[in-house]
Amino acid sequence: MIETTVNNPVYTRNRIHPKKFALLVACASMVMMFAGLTSAYLVRQAAGNWLEFTLPNLFYYSTAVIVSSSLALHGSYLLFRRGNAVGYKSLMVLAMVLALTFIVLQYQGWLALAAGGVELTTNPSGSFVYVISGLHAAHVLGGIAAIGVALLHAFLLPFRPTERRKLRFELTLIFWHFVDLLWIYLFIFLAGQ
Amino acid sequence: MATVVTTPRTEEDVLIEQLGYDDHFHDHHDGDKFRSNFLTTYVFSQDHKIIAKQFLITGMFWAVIGGLMSLIFRLQLGFPEESMAWLKPVLGKWIEINPDSGMGSLSPEFYYALVTMHGTIIVFFVLTAGLSGTFSNLLIPLQVGARDMASPLLNMMSYWFFFLAGLVMFASLFLSTGPFAGGWTAYPPLSALPQASSGSGAGMTLWLVSLVFFVVSVLLGGINYITTVLNLRTKGMTMWRLPLTIWAFFITAIIGLLSFPVLASAFFLVMFDRGLGTSFFLNEIYIGGQALDHVGGSPVLYQHLFWFLGHPEVYIIILPAMGIVSEVLSVHSRKPIFGYKAMVFSILAIAFLSFIVWAHHMFMSGVNPFISNFFVIFTLIIAVPSAVKVFNWIATMYGGNVRFTAASMFAIGFVSMFISGGLTGIFLGNSAIDIQLHDTYFVVAHFHIVMGVAAFFGMFAGVYHWFPKMYGRFMNETLGKVHFWGTIIGAYAIFWPMHYTGLAGVPRRYYRFDTFQTFSHFDELNKFITIAAIVTFAFQLLLVINFFYSIWKGKKVTVQNPWGATTLEWTTPIRPGHGNWPGKIPAVQRWAYDYGKDGKEFIPQIQPLAEGEADGGDH
Repeated sequence: MIETTVNNPVYTRNRIHPKKFALLVACASMVMMFAGLTSAYLVRQAAGNWLEFTLPNLFYYSTAVIVSSSLALHGSYLLFRRGNAVGYKSLMVLAMVLALTFIVLQYQGWLALAAGGVELTTNPSGSFVYVISGLHAAHVLGGIAAIGVALLHAFLLPFRPTERRKLRFELTLIFWHFVDLLWIYLFIFLAGQ
Repeated sequence: MATVVTTPRTEEDVLIEQLGYDDHFHDHHDGDKFRSNFLTTYVFSQDHKIIAKQFLITGMFWAVIGGLMSLIFRLQLGFPEESMAWLKPVLGKWIEINPDSGMGSLSPEFYYALVTMHGTIIVFFVLTAGLSGTFSNLLIPLQVGARDMASPLLNMMSYWFFFLAGLVMFASLFLSTGPFAGGWTAYPPLSALPQASSGSGAGMTLWLVSLVFFVVSVLLGGINYITTVLNLRTKGMTMWRLPLTIWAFFITAIIGLLSFPVLASAFFLVMFDRGLGTSFFLNEIYIGGQALDHVGGSPVLYQHLFWFLGHPEVYIIILPAMGIVSEVLSVHSRKPIFGYKAMVFSILAIAFLSFIVWAHHMFMSGVNPFISNFFVIFTLIIAVPSAVKVFNWIATMYGGNVRFTAASMFAIGFVSMFISGGLTGIFLGNSAIDIQLHDTYFVVAHFHIVMGVAAFFGMFAGVYHWFPKMYGRFMNETLGKVHFWGTIIGAYAIFWPMHYTGLAGVPRRYYRFDTFQTFSHFDELNKFITIAAIVTFAFQLLLVINFFYSIWKGKKVTVQNPWGATTLEWTTPIRPGHGNWPGKIPAVQRWAYDYGKDGKEFIPQIQPLAEGEADGGDH
């Protein structure tokens, strides 16, 4: 049925594909979730009894890593469209490696925070960092799953840049850019406080 | 592989054939693989019409459960001296039998659990999922001229997440410690401290899990509704030609999509407080002879997050009802809806305002009174678009040739309820008056009338009106009218007296009033309310009987367009198959409200404009 609705000529006259649009709408709702958390952060901060601390450097590294992962996946997409099978596959592998590195670095960052005395329950200022970055990491895991499926497609299926596969790739790419941008916002928010 | 058209070819079929859009839908021979067996047709269906019925029937199940709960706590409030031992077989240990007198009394913990579950179930499972889930699913594809939702798979998942949410909540009713009992708003510390009350333990855990599933369901549904309305409209269906039902569902989905994630955030923070020892909402607490480690949390922060959803939520409930009422009133008054654009703009205005009034629920929670002023102003401004809508409904009926069917009577009843309940909102929106009225029965009366009963009326109007489209049969009109009169008189009998008790300061959520001298003169009134509630509930069984009887035995629909309506759903076959239209998709030529125009009783949306004829309300 998805096929029949989505690959239907009546709908392709729209400038934006319904699935892409649906993904953007979903991203809007995720933005609201994190907006809720960061506003809660500000309200709670204004109430006092708030521990000030600086984020461990690991979070700076992880930010650089997720941005590079986003760029790598974008490069992979461009090569896919140009028909460069080898380049497309290798950049996608790179994006995946960087994505996994991001998760590892976030985990190390939490360990460093705890080692510095800011544990989960020490003070709400620290709790918010764990919860916000943890919830973001959960979304990143969703993105990693999507890249995982894209990798399976890349290595198991014969290389054929059809419209369907292009759409799949674009959906993965949009979500991956989204979690990247989301982290940049969250990082600037948390590091700037 | 076109479905065989069983009805005689009507003028509509010819119009669709000539002007419609050929999307080659039925050329795909894989088209019907998803309804190959019983399981994929009726259970894990991806057809929006079946999913709508699933939402409706599940919603009806929960409405009966939620309603029965209210009867039990009303019995407690109306007849605190009577023995409830006869309920022992159903409620078990929650009825405590006095060994000396044999008198059975409702356990106070369970009383609170009933109140909490009644609110949670009716607000979320019945009036959110059962109302907007049912009619958005049924009507969006049919009225915008789409084969189905943008993603039928997500649509199916939306229903099953709702089902899962219901299953978890249902399970929580049978816990030995009881379901959550801290009020449907789940304020900390009752919700964040497992040891705070018996329902705060496992009951609250299941409540949270259930509602997280529910949020997922709403989001999956909402994403689909928005995408379908924006991307899958048929040829010629501009936004300004959409029926008001679709506008209402569309805006409702947007509100839900922006507010429910914030509720999810609040729930995550509560989970951390409960399980992992953080102090987002818990401050210094001494409980059970022990001082807890929590320091400096803010329970008011939870209230902000909750009501940031909670207030839009009441519009998520009422907007679909408003859309349904607009459509039903126009069809059954045989007149164009009065002020179509004003109706759309008032929906938009209500949606916008719904996000900046949340703190009017918190005037008494210690928020700064100067900040309260801001929320008072915006709350009172909501009266403007609401009044525009009421004026337009009345103007639509005025001078119309109103057909008094069960559907139109419930739509008129909705307007009555919305006025009665809306006026008391103007009292409550004032932070000064709220000092007296906060947490009294005045509030209970206000929100039950304006968003409880009114939304139910909208739902009933929709069920009676679109039942022929859902099942190809009519519901019994006489039973429908009896149901209407019983419900409107009964609902006023229940909630009108509560305004007086509320003004006198009777607080909500109390277990009994006869022991307070201040309130004991309301004993007879409380008895009256309880009896009215029982009678009104009995009238709802008429709907349930009528509904299920009519599915199999109702009078068959023999014409394609039994109500003489203009919208697209009535151009489908009487029992539309998958893909809704057997051939081409109809193309839309005009707006949705051409009734009594140019000497014609009504003109369907697929009828081309005559030469020199202006489209829309502007003749």
